[in-house]
Amino acid sequence: MNYFEEEEYLKPFSLKVWSSMLPYFKPYKKELVIVALFMLYCALIDVAIPLYQKHIIDSFIIPKSTAGLLPVVLLGVFFAATAMIAVVFFTRIAIKIEMKFSRDLKRDLFNHLQTLSLSYYNTTPVGYMIARVMSDTGRIGEIVAWGLVDVMWGFSCALFVLVAMLVLNWKIGLIMLALVPVMLLVTIWFQNKILHYNRRVRRANSRITGAFNEGILGARTSKTLVIEDINSADFSRLTGDMRRNSVKAGTLSAIYLPVILFIGSIAVTGVLVSGSGFVMNESMPYGTFSAMISYAIIIFEPIQHIARIFTEIVATQANIERVNGLFEKKPEITDSPAVIEKYGDNFNPKRENWEPINGDIEFRDVTFMYPDGHENVLENFSLTIPAGTTVAIVGETGAGKSTLVNLVCRFFEPTSGKVLIDGRDYRERSQLWLHSNIGYVLQSPHLFSGSIKENIRYGKLDATDKEIITAAKLVSADRVIYKLPNGLLSDVGEGGDKLSTGEKQLISFARAVIADPRIFVLDEATSSIDTETELLIQNAISNILKGRTSFLIAHRLSTIKMADLILVVRDGKIIEHGTHRELIRQKGYYKQLYTMQFEDELDLAAF
Amino acid sequence: MSGRLLYIGSVFFMAASILATYAVPQIIRFVVDNLVGGLPLTSNVFVAALVERAGGVEYLRANILSVGAFTLLVAGAGGLCNFIRGRFLILGSEGFIRRLRERLYSHIQKLPYAWHVNVQAGDIIQRCTSDVEVVRNFIASQLIEMARTLLLFVFAYIILFSMNVPMAMASFVFLPVIIGYSFFFLRGVGSRFLAADEAEGQLLSVAQENLTGVRVVRAFGRERYEIDRFERENNNFANLWVRLGSLLSWYWGTSDMITALQMIITCVVGVYQAVAGSLTVGEFIVFLSYNSMIIWPARGLGRVLSEASKTSVSLGRIKEILDAPDELDLPGAFEMPVDGDIVYDGVTFSYGNKKVLDNVSFTVEKGTTLGILGGTGSGKTTVAHLLCRLYDLEPGNGSISIGGADITEFKRAWLRRNIGIALQEPFLYSRTIKENIASLMPRYTIDDIRKAAGISCIGDAVEAFANGYDTVVGERGVTLSGGQKQRVAIARAILGNPPIMVFDDSLSAVDTETDAKIRAALNERTSGSTVIIISHRITSLLKADKIIVLEDGRVIETGSHPELLEQGGVYSRVYGLQSSIEEADA
Repeated sequence: MNYFEEEEYLKPFSLKVWSSMLPYFKPYKKELVIVALFMLYCALIDVAIPLYQKHIIDSFIIPKSTAGLLPVVLLGVFFAATAMIAVVFFTRIAIKIEMKFSRDLKRDLFNHLQTLSLSYYNTTPVGYMIARVMSDTGRIGEIVAWGLVDVMWGFSCALFVLVAMLVLNWKIGLIMLALVPVMLLVTIWFQNKILHYNRRVRRANSRITGAFNEGILGARTSKTLVIEDINSADFSRLTGDMRRNSVKAGTLSAIYLPVILFIGSIAVTGVLVSGSGFVMNESMPYGTFSAMISYAIIIFEPIQHIARIFTEIVATQANIERVNGLFEKKPEITDSPAVIEKYGDNFNPKRENWEPINGDIEFRDVTFMYPDGHENVLENFSLTIPAGTTVAIVGETGAGKSTLVNLVCRFFEPTSGKVLIDGRDYRERSQLWLHSNIGYVLQSPHLFSGSIKENIRYGKLDATDKEIITAAKLVSADRVIYKLPNGLLSDVGEGGDKLSTGEKQLISFARAVIADPRIFVLDEATSSIDTETELLIQNAISNILKGRTSFLIAHRLSTIKMADLILVVRDGKIIEHGTHRELIRQKGYYKQLYTMQFEDELDLAAF
Repeated sequence: MSGRLLYIGSVFFMAASILATYAVPQIIRFVVDNLVGGLPLTSNVFVAALVERAGGVEYLRANILSVGAFTLLVAGAGGLCNFIRGRFLILGSEGFIRRLRERLYSHIQKLPYAWHVNVQAGDIIQRCTSDVEVVRNFIASQLIEMARTLLLFVFAYIILFSMNVPMAMASFVFLPVIIGYSFFFLRGVGSRFLAADEAEGQLLSVAQENLTGVRVVRAFGRERYEIDRFERENNNFANLWVRLGSLLSWYWGTSDMITALQMIITCVVGVYQAVAGSLTVGEFIVFLSYNSMIIWPARGLGRVLSEASKTSVSLGRIKEILDAPDELDLPGAFEMPVDGDIVYDGVTFSYGNKKVLDNVSFTVEKGTTLGILGGTGSGKTTVAHLLCRLYDLEPGNGSISIGGADITEFKRAWLRRNIGIALQEPFLYSRTIKENIASLMPRYTIDDIRKAAGISCIGDAVEAFANGYDTVVGERGVTLSGGQKQRVAIARAILGNPPIMVFDDSLSAVDTETDAKIRAALNERTSGSTVIIISHRITSLLKADKIIVLEDGRVIETGSHPELLEQGGVYSRVYGLQSSIEEADA
């Protein structure tokens, strides 16, 4: 889990930020207009209600007559029915806009992420990307749809009320006109303040979640150190912070509502005092007086809507900027236009033009520095690996063993020099061509949720059940599979967490093997695996290696012994290479490393 | 003020503010009927007395501004009550939630280790965050909203029925309809909300899996496939909501319709009552105002009721954590010096059905060092866990004692404080290195910390960081390597020179050279302490006064290094392998 803390700042409204969303509005132009029109109608009905009551008072209650009441009632019911239809349609369309707008954004963001280079993924927490793809897009869609609803209704309602009041009695209308800006400013001021504290509450909240996480994961250590009470005191600071900010936000709301209602009361009182005079000298009918009071009461609603939506539109700019920030990241490794022309891109490959691969790999004069690094980890490195060779890479944890693999897989490209596959610079072919020919098994194998069968099929999407079983057998994964209650159809859980590391590894071997790649890359697991599975894995590896050019990031003696060539890495650089015997005889770093790293394994062998 | 008092106060002031809100239409009615319309005062004695006090109807008619001032006064008082209500409520509810959070956290800290092993961290975190949020929402808004609606109804009921019975009946006729309609509708679509939530979860996990598994995706060139999959879930999620939206739109539309009908009915009955001469204009205005004041809370009530049912589920989930029993000390547990010989006598221990220690007995004399050699799964870590009482022995499964006292007789915290333990996979808190080594205990000075760090060979690495000992580790700071973490953990364990120290495979990720250095420094430091070193590296153990070899939970060999070599068993075989790699392989 990632608790990435991100600062948010309030900025003034910026048309530029919002205009970047313009292309996403386009498909819903028609719907947006329809919603706007419906809102106009709804506002009209809301403003007509006091007028309707005015009519009831002036035509029926005052003259004490029921003559002509039926048509008026029916008219009321008719308008209520049309209003209902308007509400049904606008909510339906607004939800549709909200969901589809954010769906489109999500899709484009996700697709964009698929093109970004692995170096981006290495430095960016998954939570950071997820927040953008999931929550920010949702928030933007929400504001686009419901912001429009509120703005349209708020503005037209406020406008109609003012017009109605001015028409009914312009003197009283003017009082109202003077109060509206006051209400608006007060509301905006409070909304901004409340928003500010709500953000702090959110931040405090994510800290509390982080603290719970740590309190649970670190329980054993906390117990042995007897610092439970110290931790609790520490936690109490966080909850104190949370409470302080929540209380501030809550208190502001508690002040805001009475204040705005009181301003409303001033309006009502104004109407009451001046209106009663007009009624007494008979220049205003009772019904009009009643309607004016109603307007004075309800005007606060649209004003509140406008103010709130205004703060929210500004606040949502932060979400848009975060989404745009992701869109602006460009992939570092791209195929040249000529390559795409010939071989297709990642999404639309032209497989008919792909050459078959043999598996000869050559590093020619390769110099390499990681994009975020400060020094070259490879300098003028040259190595020829004929097809079928098994290369083992050894070194301490964190020494940089994956560098060569990253280069072979073209997850990174050489800073200078070339990597040739079958004698041709791999940049002359598409990334997808290369990736389709490489089988890759990770140290902590990643499985996707779903069945074992689906996971194996990931290596070859059109594989038949028979092919899947054959692949599983080849790597001895069948022994694991048939121990499970549902066999191949067993669910592996999220990220494969229903299986042990060893089992996951075997499944990922099957997944790699079914694609029948010419090049095979294995990042061996460091964690201990029970002996039985361990034997299966060793057996699987030797089966896979046959006839393939392979790179093993090795942690186990038995694996290293399968290698034709061993590369020894220290502090990011390849410092020794040769066969096992040659390296032991050199009595260099390899020997030292070997002594340390493999004695554990020897223990096991001894027991 | 206590939470309950704040709550009661909040309800009290809420009642006052409702009364103030209800007073304004009555003032309007007085102005319309009595001042403007010239009708005689018919309403209750209280109003009559108030008018008399203010100078009588005639005076007020001439000085209408004073009525205005009175209106503002009432509104102002109502506003003040409203503010106090809100302030009390937020203080009460936030205080309650803070206490709940803290209780949860400190309780979780104190739950037995066995509990921690058996639960899923994600599930517990969700209970402590999302479920607490549901409860917060209930007490901070739903509960008070229900009380408010109830008070609004009761006051309106009393006032309106005392004014005009047929009108009052017309005003209340749709209330049960609208409350019931909201409640049953929202309850009915509950499952669809759930389905939409699940679809969102599905979409989230597709995205998450894709991003965490990006290397697999790229390695197999499966971008197209992933995009299609995401698109499918994305559409599904959006469509579920769009469909839900269609249902909700009917709900909102019909609710509006019922609200409008309510108003029209009131108008019609009002006209007939006026014609019959039993309703004045002012009274009619009062009814219309009250109508609009109660219809919206009534609409909200159905929603609140349907959502409040979620609270009991959340409360149940929280209660499950709080009800789990704490680690307890035996009555009369003491804080005696924890030194003397450590004796394991016939210790047998199982995790569930899996036996990990089987009749294990050994003695570590005070001030000596015991080495434990064992492979993965031999039960060597359990030996350490039992000593710290992370698990307790079942009765009849042997005993562990220190200086003749059974370890269950010590207070648990006291016992642990006297045992410094470094674990193989240590946990570092996202705090500074200084705080991690000193465990936030103020009694250690920076010199103590430096010394401990020096012995565990982490000092130089720490000084190399820009912020030295104030460097924060973890997600918000620097990432330490496995070996560095282990060394910090060793520094933490030896700080304060506890009488007993346990090193559970705590140098496995440290290279041989540093390992030797640390051991030499430790030997000096730990003289006088009783030490248990657990390892599968013989060089870490060979200086121990006594070494036991564990296999499958049983002690199979015991003795000093030379003795064990002589025995020619497993130990000597491992030693042979580890010290003669060169000859064996070259």
